Amino acid sequence: MTSLLQARRLSKTAYSALWSLPLPVWLAGFFLGPMVLLIWLSFWDVKNFLLTPDFQLENWQKILTAGYFWSAYARTAVIAASASVLATLAALPCALAISFFLSPRARMVLLGLFVVPFFTSYLVRIYSWQIYLTENGIVMKLMAAIGIETGSLLNTPLALMVGLVTLTLPLVIVIQAISLLSLDRTLIDAAYNLGCGPRRVLFATVLPAARPGIVLGALFAFIFSFGDFVTATYLGGGKFTTLSILIADTVKSGQQWPRAAVVALMMIVTLLLTALASITYAYRRS
Amino acid sequence: MAKTTLTRRSLLKTSAMAAGALAMPMIARAQSVTEMTMLAWYGQAEPDAVAEFEELHNVKITPKYYVGGEQMLALLAQSPAGTYDLIHADAEYVQQLVRANFVEKLDPEDYPFDDFYPEFHKFPGHWHDDELYAVISRFGFLGISHNLDAVSVKEAMSYDMLWDAKHKDKVGHFDWHLPNLGVLSLRDGNAQPYDIGEGAWDRLQDTTLSLKPQVRGFYDYGGVLSSLKSGEVTVMPGIGEWITGVLRRDGANVTTTIPEQGGIQFTESFSIGRGSRKTDLARKFIQHASSPAGQYNLANLNVFPAIIPSKSGWERMIAEKPEDARHLGMFKGDGNAIDLIRKGRIHIRQLPVQQDLGDWNDFWSAYKSA
Repeated sequence: MTSLLQARRLSKTAYSALWSLPLPVWLAGFFLGPMVLLIWLSFWDVKNFLLTPDFQLENWQKILTAGYFWSAYARTAVIAASASVLATLAALPCALAISFFLSPRARMVLLGLFVVPFFTSYLVRIYSWQIYLTENGIVMKLMAAIGIETGSLLNTPLALMVGLVTLTLPLVIVIQAISLLSLDRTLIDAAYNLGCGPRRVLFATVLPAARPGIVLGALFAFIFSFGDFVTATYLGGGKFTTLSILIADTVKSGQQWPRAAVVALMMIVTLLLTALASITYAYRRS
Repeated sequence: MAKTTLTRRSLLKTSAMAAGALAMPMIARAQSVTEMTMLAWYGQAEPDAVAEFEELHNVKITPKYYVGGEQMLALLAQSPAGTYDLIHADAEYVQQLVRANFVEKLDPEDYPFDDFYPEFHKFPGHWHDDELYAVISRFGFLGISHNLDAVSVKEAMSYDMLWDAKHKDKVGHFDWHLPNLGVLSLRDGNAQPYDIGEGAWDRLQDTTLSLKPQVRGFYDYGGVLSSLKSGEVTVMPGIGEWITGVLRRDGANVTTTIPEQGGIQFTESFSIGRGSRKTDLARKFIQHASSPAGQYNLANLNVFPAIIPSKSGWERMIAEKPEDARHLGMFKGDGNAIDLIRKGRIHIRQLPVQQDLGDWNDFWSAYKSA
């Protein structure tokens, strides 16, 4: 009897282990492995345009003391933070409407529609924005029709924001909407019963309760914007050197993959710290 | 008389035999096709560039494209000898190909140098210790490329126009330091734009940084084409007919002017890869590319037009495509491409002599971030 129980327990443990296996395997194969390789690569040397295994600190020293690295770093952080705030603010009314004012059927249709942009390549969507924003493009012509003369909007901070919000907005809306939909509705009823007006219900009950979703949405927008290369290149015209552009430049000239690895590691560390701080804040007891 | 019946099995058997018989010449032909590999800049081994040779010699050329000479060197360094039969490279990288032992020596007697203008009989970048390693295929000049609706040829005769307030936010850059810093070095008055001392290098950096407020953006090949075509950018230093020639085919009113301070020359060439087992065929390819017919073809490649060193090729261009020939500088008389070289207005693009290539690259990154 005891041995039967032990066998059953063992089989259950093996069963759970089998189901849990893909996650650590995936993490080891696609995150930890490449990460270790990247760290190792950052100490290598390049001799005659050929990567040579080595252990030297020169790449770190070169990048961390370069003024252009820190200016690109600050610029990337500011651009990503701005896009994140913009996407969060633009998504919020949309997510509130989806969660509280639409019928379940309409809600499903609309959430489905927000997934549609992902069917088209991001690069194609950014190229199509060029047609709108370029010299004598659609936006310039529409503005002229209503009497406002503008120059080309390409290669401006506005174009950068348009591209990054195009990338992140649908995802932020979906995350926020899921968070708002899972809200305990009795909290809202209780707030009304206690005499709160709609504005106070929104700011004192709904938004604090939906904080994890709002913060996570903003975090995803920041992560995608921080590492984006396409918008910075094709809507920013390479004029706003971000860290992704710096990586491409570093590799392009001199085949300096080790120095590019240093830039990439600095980006990863920044994103890990940002994610840690954001998640701590999102789930902090207020 | 024996009775013959057409069964399903016999029908299938007969059909298979017939199909086999019909396909035999194609199979035999396919078996005899020789494959030759070519490491080349994008577009240089497309059908318009190689189909004629492929047909003549029953060869299939398989290209491996690269973007930038350093990527080419890295690809060669990572591949075993003999991977590439033909190497298409810019002149400034041929010396590095030689030093790294990536290319075979060539016999000058094999190629029609007599038909080339004298300036290309012994092109410096292609020879090392009096031995030939590369044969020039075509070349072009880099100066100021501009939209003629916004900038006249007269105005473009000086690089100083780039700083003119009316071109603020209308100056674009092809995103590569070597041609841009080369032409700005000429603007600074450096007789040898790539061989400059520390003082001149500091001055060049100041000159370049002072241009940044005028700059609209930094573009790759596609971006250069679209920004000049749309009018987003009206003037670009450091590019040439390899861009404006393509845009003009599409109806754009653009051209390239070589300012009085001078222009930069890029030079393409073919070499035979070290360890190639098809050196005879590779040599025939280079001979074909150097022949009058091959040269005429190279001047008109779809990827972009360029000037050719062959005198016979010039004659044919002037006779058959006078307008294209004129824009490229292939015409008789004063001001043609050879005349500009002889007058000393053209300087060959090369790697920095007194600074490390990394220094130029770091400065370009800093300039873009400024």
